[in-house]
This record gives sequence, C-alpha cells and structure tokens, in this order.
Amino acid sequence: MERVPVLKIGDILLVSIQIDMEDQVALQLQEDLADRIVATGCHGVVIDISALDIVDSFVGRTLATIAAISKVLDADTVVVGMRPAVAITLVELGLSLPGIRTALNVELGMELLARERADYDDEEEDADGEDGAETPAVFTS
Amino acid sequence: MSEQGQRIEVVTDQDVVRVRQLVRTLAVAVKLSLVDQTKIVTAASELARNTLVYGGGGWVEATSVDNGRRKGIRIVFADQGPGIADLDLAFTDGYTTGGGLGLGLSGARRLVDEFDIVTAVGEGTTITVTKWCR
Repeated sequence: MERVPVLKIGDILLVSIQIDMEDQVALQLQEDLADRIVATGCHGVVIDISALDIVDSFVGRTLATIAAISKVLDADTVVVGMRPAVAITLVELGLSLPGIRTALNVELGMELLARERADYDDEEEDADGEDGAETPAVFTS
Repeated sequence: MSEQGQRIEVVTDQDVVRVRQLVRTLAVAVKLSLVDQTKIVTAASELARNTLVYGGGGWVEATSVDNGRRKGIRIVFADQGPGIADLDLAFTDGYTTGGGLGLGLSGARRLVDEFDIVTAVGEGTTITVTKWCR
C-alpha cells in the first residue's frame, strides 16, 4: 500500500497528496498525522490537495476528521490548493467541509497558521497578565 | 448508439481507484468540460464505493455514448447485495446505514444528467448514470 509522506517544516507538518488515494491510504494518513503531531509537538498542519482532481465524500470526511483530531491534539489544520472544479463539485455533492480552514496555496496556508498562532500566544499572555492584576484585587476586597 | 463498454470488477478499494481512472479517461475522450469531468468522476467514485461497501462488491461498466446530437458517458454499477428497501430514505441527504456521511447516493444523483436505479431486496441494485456534453 502506498503512503502519503508527512514533512516537518518548523512548527508545521506539511502533507502534499500526490496520488489518487484508495480509502485505506486516506485512513493511514489520518493515523500517521495524529502520531506525528504528538511526536513533534507541531501546532499546525497544512494539507495540499492541488494535485487531486476529485475530492469525494470519503476524502472530504477524512479531511474533516483530520482537522478535528488535530484540534484535539492542539494543532490547527488548513487545507490548501483546492481546484475550482473540485470546489464546485464538492458543494453540489452536498459537502461544504464545515470546520475546515482553507487557503489558496501552501504559502498562504502557512501564513494563516503563523498568524493564528501569534494571536493565540498574545491572548495567552494577556490572560496571564489579567489574572495577575485581578487576583490581589479579589483578595483585598 | 454506443460503443463497447469497459467493465471493471469491484472487489477491493483499489478497484474503486481503477473505476475513477477509467471514467476519467472516457470523460476526457468524449470532451466533457473540466467541471463535468470532475462531477462524473466524483459521482462514479461515490457509486463504486457503494457497490463495494453496501452491495458487497459487483461490477462497473463505462461506455461512451452518442445520441446523434451530443456525446456523453454512461456508467452502470451493479451488485447482487441486499438491495435497498426504502429508496426515498436512501436518497435523503445524511441518511446512512454504513457509517458514511449519507451523501453518496443523493449527491451522485445531483452530479449527473440522468440517473436510473433498479433495486430489489435480496437481489441487488443496478444504477445507471449518464452525463452529456453541453
């Protein structure tokens, strides 16, 4: 059985699907990605589907499941490079991929993840700061 | 008028990939537009998977057709599985008996121009779809 390679680039795992996957290959990718997220501690996953000339409901569901699993493992997923004809067909099929972030290409997908991570880190710092300021106020009142 | 069809036995996941490849080749040969190629290959993928998962395997036959005015592609999906007891229910978006999304049958019908289904409980299901060039 063929396997889709998962590449680590900094804090991001990059997957570029270059083959017409049988269902088992898609399921294997789901497992491989979960393992690699945990092993590397990466916070982002970019899945490039620009080489896919169709996305059917099985692959669509697999992408949604990967996004959900990644989220639970503290990583965000962006699906990039969908062809226009694939987008038209997916929507007509009834699959609008709710819960999946998309970007037009790998570069924009990586920018999106970097931006979101930066916002997230800022919020964490702000939250810490507020806690620090409020705690004494609660005790003195 | 139609030419000799090409038949693929559908027994494994790999056969579903072969069905997609055959349909893609025919769709390009009859000069379907890119969007229509994508739609018919996607529909074929959904229905071939149904043949495998719900029908317990079967065969798919794809043929290029010509009605004198337009060219197109016709695909037959046949299995001798359990059949479908309630067609209305089976065509409802989101209904599934197999743990899928329940979009295969209803979605595939939206992606083709003609859709015909013959099914009998205990005997199997045969679906014929056609996509015509615009």
